[in-house]
Amino acid sequence: MELASTREPAARPAASGPEPPRPGGSISIALAGSGGSGVMTAGNLLLDAAARAGLYGLMVRTSGPQIRGGEAAALLRLATVPTESLDDGFDLLLALDWQNVNRFADEIPLRASGLLLGDADEGEPPPVFLAGGARFVSLPLKKTAKAIRGAWTNMVALGVAGRLAGIPAQALEAAVQASWKRDAAGLEANLQALRAGFEAGGAVEAGHGAPALAPASATQGTTPGAAPGTASADRWLLSGNEGAGLGALRGGIRFVAAYPITPATEMLEWLAPALTRVGGTLLQAEDELASINMAIGASFGGVPSLTATAGPGLSLMAEGIGLAVSAEVPVVIVDVMRGGPSTGIPAKSEQSDLSFAVDGLHGDAPRLVLAPTSITDCVATTQWAVELAEATQAPAIVLSDQFMGQSRAIVDRPPDPGFAARRLVAEADAPDFRRYRNTESGVSPMAIPGTPGTVYTADGLEKTEAGIPSSQARDHSLQLDKRERKLRQHDYGRWWADLEGSGDAAILTFGSVTGVAREALARLAAQGIALRLVALRLLAPALPEQLAEALAGVERVLVVEQNHSAQLFRYLRAMHDLPGRPASFHRPGPLPIRPGELADAIIEWRSR
Amino acid sequence: MNQLALGEAAPPCAPLTAQDYKSNYKPIWCPGCGDYTVLSSITKALAALQLRPEKVAVVSGIGCSSRIPAYTACYGFHGVHGRSLAAATGLKVARPDLTVLVASGDGDGYSIGGNHFLHACRRNVDLTYIVMDNHVYGMTKGQPSPTTEPDWDSKLAPGGTGLRSFHPLVIALASGANFVARAFSGDPNGTADILARAIRHPGFSFVEILSPCVTFRPEQRGWKERVHGAPVEATDDPARAARRIMTDDGFNLGVLYAGDRPAFPGPARAASASIADIEAEFAP
Repeated sequence: MELASTREPAARPAASGPEPPRPGGSISIALAGSGGSGVMTAGNLLLDAAARAGLYGLMVRTSGPQIRGGEAAALLRLATVPTESLDDGFDLLLALDWQNVNRFADEIPLRASGLLLGDADEGEPPPVFLAGGARFVSLPLKKTAKAIRGAWTNMVALGVAGRLAGIPAQALEAAVQASWKRDAAGLEANLQALRAGFEAGGAVEAGHGAPALAPASATQGTTPGAAPGTASADRWLLSGNEGAGLGALRGGIRFVAAYPITPATEMLEWLAPALTRVGGTLLQAEDELASINMAIGASFGGVPSLTATAGPGLSLMAEGIGLAVSAEVPVVIVDVMRGGPSTGIPAKSEQSDLSFAVDGLHGDAPRLVLAPTSITDCVATTQWAVELAEATQAPAIVLSDQFMGQSRAIVDRPPDPGFAARRLVAEADAPDFRRYRNTESGVSPMAIPGTPGTVYTADGLEKTEAGIPSSQARDHSLQLDKRERKLRQHDYGRWWADLEGSGDAAILTFGSVTGVAREALARLAAQGIALRLVALRLLAPALPEQLAEALAGVERVLVVEQNHSAQLFRYLRAMHDLPGRPASFHRPGPLPIRPGELADAIIEWRSR
Repeated sequence: MNQLALGEAAPPCAPLTAQDYKSNYKPIWCPGCGDYTVLSSITKALAALQLRPEKVAVVSGIGCSSRIPAYTACYGFHGVHGRSLAAATGLKVARPDLTVLVASGDGDGYSIGGNHFLHACRRNVDLTYIVMDNHVYGMTKGQPSPTTEPDWDSKLAPGGTGLRSFHPLVIALASGANFVARAFSGDPNGTADILARAIRHPGFSFVEILSPCVTFRPEQRGWKERVHGAPVEATDDPARAARRIMTDDGFNLGVLYAGDRPAFPGPARAASASIADIEAEFAP
């Protein structure tokens, strides 16, 4: 076994040295301040305005362990081409105040060409941001806001950042107008603040040069016919949590029970009204044990059901997920992974629940485990998970993560692949009905309460084909075979992984590191280094034949993931014959892996 | 009134009898166990209400009491320890047309499932929660439960637990249960009557059934001498009900409280939007 020595987050050399090629052109902007200063609002509006200006991009939220209050930062990357990963460094850091902003030093590495903007009244900036050569410019943010009755400082900041990013004023104003739900006078005051900030940004540009995307490039991606400031229905603003919620609805989920937990809560908050509007129900359960059992109860009743949670909640659901395996009740569990173990790092990302998801239940408990490969893909993967759970009458765990879940991206409207809940249901008075009949496919018709002539008891106890509790060896063996076979024999088609690129070396990923790997591979391709990418969407059951086919001609593989113990690497090594000497690139969160960091690691790996 | 269930209760041809709600499986409880007559009371109550067996679901957790679902000819759900109320809540909310009964015991319902008990009472979903209380863990051979007397001697708690017994009826009342009653397994007709009233009553109905474990608590054979009917009719005043329950001797049978809180989640709402409508909101 060969593990790359990448246990520690890489030092931050990105701020100095040559700039990597940035395909399509992008700009990275951080807005930071104390919790409540409005940086998240400003960030969301900047992203919205960028979308209106025809750009792509994403915004990552980061905050301290307290979730509410403390320090907060909105990390944006705006680009002319679709992007769902952060860049190596930032071109602009705009801080509303310096309170604890230095805690983001590792998360916001400023480029040598970067600008640090701060309020003139806040005093000296933390030197850590200037070490790489970035310049500091102070602006009277608060004073400007104070001069306008009813105006907020973050709107001034939005104007500054928007100008420096090259977003047209019209798009910024349209974003503010669309989001304003308060009084008309307040809107006018804040539009004034925005304009004042926009002007101040112009002065910074004139005096210090702008790191901006050229205004011309800001219109490159505009939908034909759409003027700046007009919304395009083909371009969406979507977070991974919303995407997973939408995928659930598209797939046919009509019952959700869950307990709030960071970073999964927004998925539930999005679903609560949406589910009601399509005729479904969402229950806030008293805890995660109730959540999973409520979802199983509803699904036993014939209604496709889901729960969403994060690490600690997933642990609490383990027994219930095992019940769904044994009783053969379809259910979808979305786990928005965060740093762990225990309460860990709730508001930041990691990919460390994989081992638990694939192996964490007691007994031999075959289940489905999937992972979206991007924010956009949260829609399709969750939708697919609903179809798979229903088709196989098994629990499906979707491993999203904080990075995807809480980040909002400007994306092309995700197409609907048509996955839908299709459960094999017993007909009324079905002759010789046996709920757990050992069919060839392993899937047996499920009787739905209310259907006459097919009453049975769903059971977590081992059972006969008729569902009578049994502790006999042959019944246990038969049911274990049945439950395993129905997952193994299902036809997963081409959706099990995203296969990209070519070459005799391959990078294997899952989840949000896929976006980082895509960008790293694009940079390497620009240098003439060809690699394959296999982003696994279906992690369990393992599909050794499909992976072997995808890796035909590959001499060596590098498994890339964001956790401390190389969970994907170990899992793949256990389940597949990986070619050559498989290697691992892994490190824990919460700092996201950067494209440049991964590209360097790949070059180093190739040279070994 | 459980309108959906009763509205569809027209007998197909001949009226259904208690036997029609019994499955073919022979119960495996100990001889003399109170749960046999609880099962009979349930099937009698269902027959009295003429509910179609397939429109009834019986949900349980783990324990002797929790074997009930398999012994009925209704849809059954035998899940994991302590979580029957959660599963039943999901089922009833997703399928309001079904009549959902939950069968539990004092260990399953009050210890591992204690939190769900509180919140099921609060939530007031239209369920009938039947707890067969014998003050002992029978299936695991005689450990103290939350309702066991503090001085009851057992292998796991020699000399007794020293802990105050849990008072399920008061807790149910304080947590918002809409119907609170006590019954005794040795009185199958009285129990069936209480169960029928509980099933008909909207919202969360809680029926404690004293059900002796003659194997590990043989002294409970004496319960039949101790039980007595409630001295007055059910009240809809929670304060009066609480006083009555707090001051009775634990063997006072009958419907002790019947409230009028509307059941959750109320009438099902039809879809007001399509998924396309919802998707349109993602455009900036």
